[in-house]
Amino acid sequence: MKFAYYPGCSLKGTGRAYEKSLLNLFKALDIELIEIPDWNCCGATFYMSINEEKGLFMTARNLSIAQNMGLDIVAPCSACYLNLLKAVNAIEEGDEVGRKILKALEYANISFDPTYIPEIRHPLEILVDTYGVKKLVKKQVVSLDHLNIVPYYGCLIVRPYTRFDHHTYPTKMDFLFESLGTRVISDYPLKTRCCGGTLTGTIEEIGLELNYLLLKEAIRRGGNVIATICPLCHFNLEMFQDKIERAYGKRYGIPILYFTHIVGKAIGLTDHEIGIDNLLYKPLWGETKREVV
Amino acid sequence: MEEIRPKIKFEQQLKRDFSYKVAETLWGKNVFTCIQCGNCSGVCPTSIYMDYTPRRIVAMVREGLKEDVLKSTTIWLCSSCYSCTAHCPQGIKITDVMYGLKRMAIEEGYYPKNFPIPILAKDFYDMVRENGRITEFVLATKLLIKTGMRRVMAYMPVGMNLWRTGRTSLKKEQISNKGRKELKKLMAFQGGVGR
Repeated sequence: MKFAYYPGCSLKGTGRAYEKSLLNLFKALDIELIEIPDWNCCGATFYMSINEEKGLFMTARNLSIAQNMGLDIVAPCSACYLNLLKAVNAIEEGDEVGRKILKALEYANISFDPTYIPEIRHPLEILVDTYGVKKLVKKQVVSLDHLNIVPYYGCLIVRPYTRFDHHTYPTKMDFLFESLGTRVISDYPLKTRCCGGTLTGTIEEIGLELNYLLLKEAIRRGGNVIATICPLCHFNLEMFQDKIERAYGKRYGIPILYFTHIVGKAIGLTDHEIGIDNLLYKPLWGETKREVV
Repeated sequence: MEEIRPKIKFEQQLKRDFSYKVAETLWGKNVFTCIQCGNCSGVCPTSIYMDYTPRRIVAMVREGLKEDVLKSTTIWLCSSCYSCTAHCPQGIKITDVMYGLKRMAIEEGYYPKNFPIPILAKDFYDMVRENGRITEFVLATKLLIKTGMRRVMAYMPVGMNLWRTGRTSLKKEQISNKGRKELKKLMAFQGGVGR
């Protein structure tokens, strides 16, 4: 298996732990990721607020590079994933915006063939559907008995163009962890509730409140680890946790992991390999060696 | 005391051309089909902080209350999580409507001047246009300095946490010269609206 890897700005910055664990996990599973050379920012949510079309033009440039590589794209960041899908959707529908994207690419002399558009994939979907959970479980060498995982999907990943899971009640991550034999708080009702995104940096009160609700409910349901899928959710829940504790008079200290950390640990990667050093709250794995089935 | 002014608008004060302008766009094309069920406001995580809930914003757009809509905090508090879009029984892309209204508010100069959200959006826009990528740490620091030294101090602990875990970087993220030229050309394409 071979994919064009589109990291996005977060995975090179604050989401470094995500990139480390993803790359090492996929390497261990023999899934080859080749970084898209000279990729540019997807525009995140801000380009939509200022000039949506230009954001989509930029995204289309990445599509074109991946197309020249002849590979499908893996986008681990939720915002990148959504924007890539948005651009693909517009081009496929051939609406006003889609036609404009093609014209803009032509104007900038960027070659692009609209009849063959690379598919946009998410690492979670690749693990569960393409690689397959059965194969993954055969590779498991560590069982993680102490974990009570709260799967938190965040908002952007499942909406509104995603094809791989339900828009408001996704279950892919629950399924993945359950197959690895860990306990999962699968009735966590806030699994797709927004973490506030950049509100923690702009209007802090609102951002803190939204993240407080997420943490409080995770603890109340007996979670001892929150598994995330998005670098921004991870950033908010982890980096603002001490602020939330101070503001609401609580003690949490709950480790926030990426789903790649948990899978990586289960197949026997070391803490260093999956980038646990880059986390603020280290998880207590409570690992036991397990016979390879 | 609050300024005393009429709380009701008469029909001739409504800007119906604004309603039609929104309804003619790709993002706002079915606002007139809204049944005012309020699903959007119910699932919205930030609606309790807004001056008008999303349901009311849609109703106000339809009636043509242009200034009230474009000056509202609602459009800026939308964190674009797409809950409303996922739940709307009429298939209105409410998140995209909010984005569209933000763009209109910027274009027509209605956005709240000292509000950090549009400032961040603009900084982000300029940084990507220039370098092709974002250096997160620099972007965040710039925003905090622009919105007051008090905030820089308040965010110091977060910066320290990032530092401790080795997730800060002052290295400027940038794409190649050729890439930047391509981007510049793409940005100059005169199909788009706005700046």
